[in-house]
Amino acid sequence: MSITQIKSETKSPSESTAQLLRELVGHLRQHRTQLREEWLRRIFEARLLTAMSRDEIFAEATSVYDSYVEALETRTLEALQAYAQKLSERIIPRGVETNEVVGIVLLLRDVLARSLFSKYPGDAGMLSDVLDAYEPAANSIAITVAVGFVRERERVIREQQEALRELSTPVLQVRERLLILPIIGLIDPQRARQLTEQLLRGIRANRAKVVVIDITGVAAMDANVANHLVLTVESARLLGAMVIVTGLSPEIAQTLVNIGVDLGKMNTVGDLQGGIEEAERLLGYKVVPSPERAPS
Amino acid sequence: MSEIVIAEAARVVIDSDRAIVEARQQGRQLAIKLGFSPGSATLLATAISELARNILQYAGEGEIVMQLLDRGRDQGLMVLAHDRGPGIADLSMAMEDGYSTSGRLGLGLPGVRRLMDEFQIESGVGTGTRVRVAKWNCM
Amino acid sequence: MDVPILKQGPYLIATIQSALTDADLLRLRDTIVQDVGVHRAKGVILDVTALDVMDSFATDTLRGIAHMTRLRGAKTVIVGIQPDVAYAMAHMGLKLEGIFAALDLEEGLAYLDQPLEAGRGR
Repeated sequence: MSITQIKSETKSPSESTAQLLRELVGHLRQHRTQLREEWLRRIFEARLLTAMSRDEIFAEATSVYDSYVEALETRTLEALQAYAQKLSERIIPRGVETNEVVGIVLLLRDVLARSLFSKYPGDAGMLSDVLDAYEPAANSIAITVAVGFVRERERVIREQQEALRELSTPVLQVRERLLILPIIGLIDPQRARQLTEQLLRGIRANRAKVVVIDITGVAAMDANVANHLVLTVESARLLGAMVIVTGLSPEIAQTLVNIGVDLGKMNTVGDLQGGIEEAERLLGYKVVPSPERAPS
Repeated sequence: MSEIVIAEAARVVIDSDRAIVEARQQGRQLAIKLGFSPGSATLLATAISELARNILQYAGEGEIVMQLLDRGRDQGLMVLAHDRGPGIADLSMAMEDGYSTSGRLGLGLPGVRRLMDEFQIESGVGTGTRVRVAKWNCM
Repeated sequence: MDVPILKQGPYLIATIQSALTDADLLRLRDTIVQDVGVHRAKGVILDVTALDVMDSFATDTLRGIAHMTRLRGAKTVIVGIQPDVAYAMAHMGLKLEGIFAALDLEEGLAYLDQPLEAGRGR
């Protein structure tokens, strides 16, 4: 987000908006303890941040409050963005959810707005002007914090997915010279590439002559992934391994045909068990001892 | 293209078949230094080899330039292969998969395009050829 | 740069280094084809373990070796393609039609040892 200036959409000249905000900031600092308490009370009432202890909430609340007021004062969002990022890094591992973060920021916005009623009692015009200055700024702040949190969450999820991908792509050696690669779940381009790399290295490390790729557990396959499957089969052949594909659903078979794969040329067998049997047959067939060489 | 070039990293004059080897070796080293996986570095080196050979075979002389790219989240490598040769008369035909069972790939450009994330080509009869490809290192 | 070619029984084994230029490859092709005739070799093993890149020219030339040696009655096997190189070749669409690919020297020799009728043609 490249918004660094809080826009003021009031009808009053921007100088008077600045003036109002300065007054507001003074007020918020002056009543810091009391307003923060009020806010904390509202947070507990709303049962937000239940994953954190009271002390933790208090500590975070203090720094959120101060950053909030500072953003109002400087009328820029950069420091707040950086703060939101750090805050998110801290609280995401604690299990804090997006709705909670949005919730507490909105609560703060409202607690501070309401405190203005007591600051300008009876002066509806002044109150209205101050709110006109405050509301756009407060909303920008809320959005900044929320977006910062969501971004950090997405980053964490991506990292976790990557780690999961690494764990969930086992290439199994079940017999000598025979590898099995069961593929389960969704395949995105990253994972497909990873699978192929692992398989090829596995072929070389295990000196596999036959590989059974089982796609029974694959949910759906688009043309890209289907292409990648073909690519995997061809790469394996260049390493001297034969590939048997098992678990081809009618839908996936259709996808392969649609992208121009000649299924007659691809070695496919109905299910994994059948594939392993076929593989063993091929391995038995392939070992033709020649008179001069000792059988391996 | 969406990238921002941050530095020129290597420049190899292609005027001999020794230079083709030099260019692809430099490309590989650069890719590894940038943190590309060995697999991706091989893709880059292969693409460079193809592009360099095209220069040699069709123009006799040209240049391969490699540049570091940065677009915030990722870094990448751009390879620019240019020559002042006769140019390609029919670009669309050159980009077709002229792949027959006898195997002659023509200019190998469709293959290069498959290997890279981005591919751009400019060529005209008498104005030479410029091929620009890029690969991003997405973690 | 000259490629070392060894004779092992009825077979020739050429171990290809990584820094071969196009001219070196063509020279290799001519040498092998000639040697097959001279030694009446039954098979040729092209060991590309050290090749870090196989582009269209290399593929074409190796395919050419296979075709020419077949005309002289010899089978050709290519061994030692690196996983990354195999991936790049497949990604690019380079095919090795006419040459059998085996994992390594041992597998290559095993393939050549097979009687002709039992061999799985590619």
